[in-house]
Amino acid sequence: MSSIIGNVWRFGDEINSDLLAPGLYLKAANEIMATHCLESVDPTFAKSVQPGDIMVAGHNFGVGSAREQAALSLRLLKVGAVLADSFARIFYRNALNFGVPCLFFPHYKDILAGDRLSVDAVSGKVENLTSGKSYAVDPIPAHLMEMITDGGLMPHLKRRLEKGKAA
Amino acid sequence: MGQTLVEKIIARAAGKASVRPSEIVTCKVDLAMIVDSGGPRKIWPRLKELGVGVWDPEKIVVVSDHFVPAVDADTAAILKLSREFVREFKIPHFYDMKGICHVVLPENGHLQPGMFICGGDSHSTMGGAYGCYMAGFGGIEMTGVCITGEIWTRVPETIRVDWTGKFNQAVVAKDVMLFLCRQLGMDNAFTAIEYGGDTVAGMSMSERGVLCNMAAELGCETGVIAPDETTLAAIRAAGKQPIADALTWHSDRDASYLSKHAFNATELQPQIAAPHAPSNSGPVGDYAKIKIDQAYIGACVGAKLSDLRMAAEVLKGRKIASNVRLLVAPSSQKIYADAAADGTLGILTDAGATMLASGCGACAALGAGVLSEGEVCISSTNRNFKGRMGSNKAEVYLGSPYTVAAAAVAGQIADPREFLS
Repeated sequence: MSSIIGNVWRFGDEINSDLLAPGLYLKAANEIMATHCLESVDPTFAKSVQPGDIMVAGHNFGVGSAREQAALSLRLLKVGAVLADSFARIFYRNALNFGVPCLFFPHYKDILAGDRLSVDAVSGKVENLTSGKSYAVDPIPAHLMEMITDGGLMPHLKRRLEKGKAA
Repeated sequence: MGQTLVEKIIARAAGKASVRPSEIVTCKVDLAMIVDSGGPRKIWPRLKELGVGVWDPEKIVVVSDHFVPAVDADTAAILKLSREFVREFKIPHFYDMKGICHVVLPENGHLQPGMFICGGDSHSTMGGAYGCYMAGFGGIEMTGVCITGEIWTRVPETIRVDWTGKFNQAVVAKDVMLFLCRQLGMDNAFTAIEYGGDTVAGMSMSERGVLCNMAAELGCETGVIAPDETTLAAIRAAGKQPIADALTWHSDRDASYLSKHAFNATELQPQIAAPHAPSNSGPVGDYAKIKIDQAYIGACVGAKLSDLRMAAEVLKGRKIASNVRLLVAPSSQKIYADAAADGTLGILTDAGATMLASGCGACAALGAGVLSEGEVCISSTNRNFKGRMGSNKAEVYLGSPYTVAAAAVAGQIADPREFLS
């Protein structure tokens, strides 16, 4: 997987699952839910986010429900990566399973809305192309990177099932 | 070195003699629980896409609880699809509108100490009250579990929390958890929590369930309590025999913990969590006189029989304030029936409560009881994030069933001890 380059959307602490995927739209199709993603925090986000844009946030990103739409909405909005001080466990797992790279990023306070970042999840390198600063972060664990490189859990399972058939 | 209960269960499920924290292992799943919201409707299309079935229908429990009863064509279609899914894959354990999954599973004897269980809902941690590992996963991961019967996990470090002493009047497990959300924060991802001490040993399974349910609010992977005679009695009451080695599932004396915390139950006051996080909590006195529009007693965590009885203690012979609506949704149909049989239900309705169906409903803005802009609610549920119960301009306070009932009578947040003899 090559570097992801995109513009930054900046969020605060504890961006929770009800903000990412409001309960009122939980019964709706995934594509409709995605249009409501984070509307209580930044009503422009779902409308204006561009493919490859990068979300940068504080601690406990994704806290709350197991609802997969919290992570799937970011995939459908084509978010390139999420960098946060820390992640809630279920969100983190869901996001990786949908092929959305999540990196623990303690330097999140250095990053401003609109900065342009280059993120390499494999080598663990984040470059702020706007400020010129670069950061080393923990890369995504190898067993997970394999799945993300496959495109998420579904393509990964497909490959695994085909291998099983061939064996 | 010894191991914690969670490490022992993970090791057993991974087919290893022992595991150490941060090790990544693949576990065989003893039971998979999926629900209408993130279960069949998300999993079935993926099974079709892959051209596969489920790994073991006997080990999958399906519960329709989030969108029950249907309120429109969309929710009706979701519930219909769950019924068709169960028929298609010949899944024998299906609870359709019987109550909320985390309560229905133990009611029907599905939980045993030492089991490794994946649940498609974040509050699956509640199962840990039975001394099993039970954790929440999203629909995408439950798809993988339903196909392979396996899941990977990074062995969590365990946080140990001990409570000693006797609670004051109107102080219950819910107050413990609102206090702990403030003390430990909600950012404990990739850890497990284990509760102990004589206060916990003296708790009913219903109250222990609250501690483990809200391990989710602490951000923990699971919350566990080592099984004892109370656990075994609950398994028998559900019509099952406890497994032979049930009482061997506990942490070793020399187990290593990430941290240990000890608290004195006698010092705890009734707690309130203010908008918009369970960790934004404090003693009830700090929030006195905040006017409310709605009081809600519901959800997996807050409308079990013991919770309804707490509310009834406050409401007996009283009426709710004229400007307030009190909604009550018992956690399960069985609890509804038990509350009707023992007179609890009559006390609630005499006081002016509106009874709702058993299900997730108002707690997650999925069914009857949602809030409008500017409204204030006090709720016995577990989450009060912005937009959780409806409008993102509504405010939700959390409290125990005692505290919710007291607010319903007073029309404002009030100390429940003023309403108890």
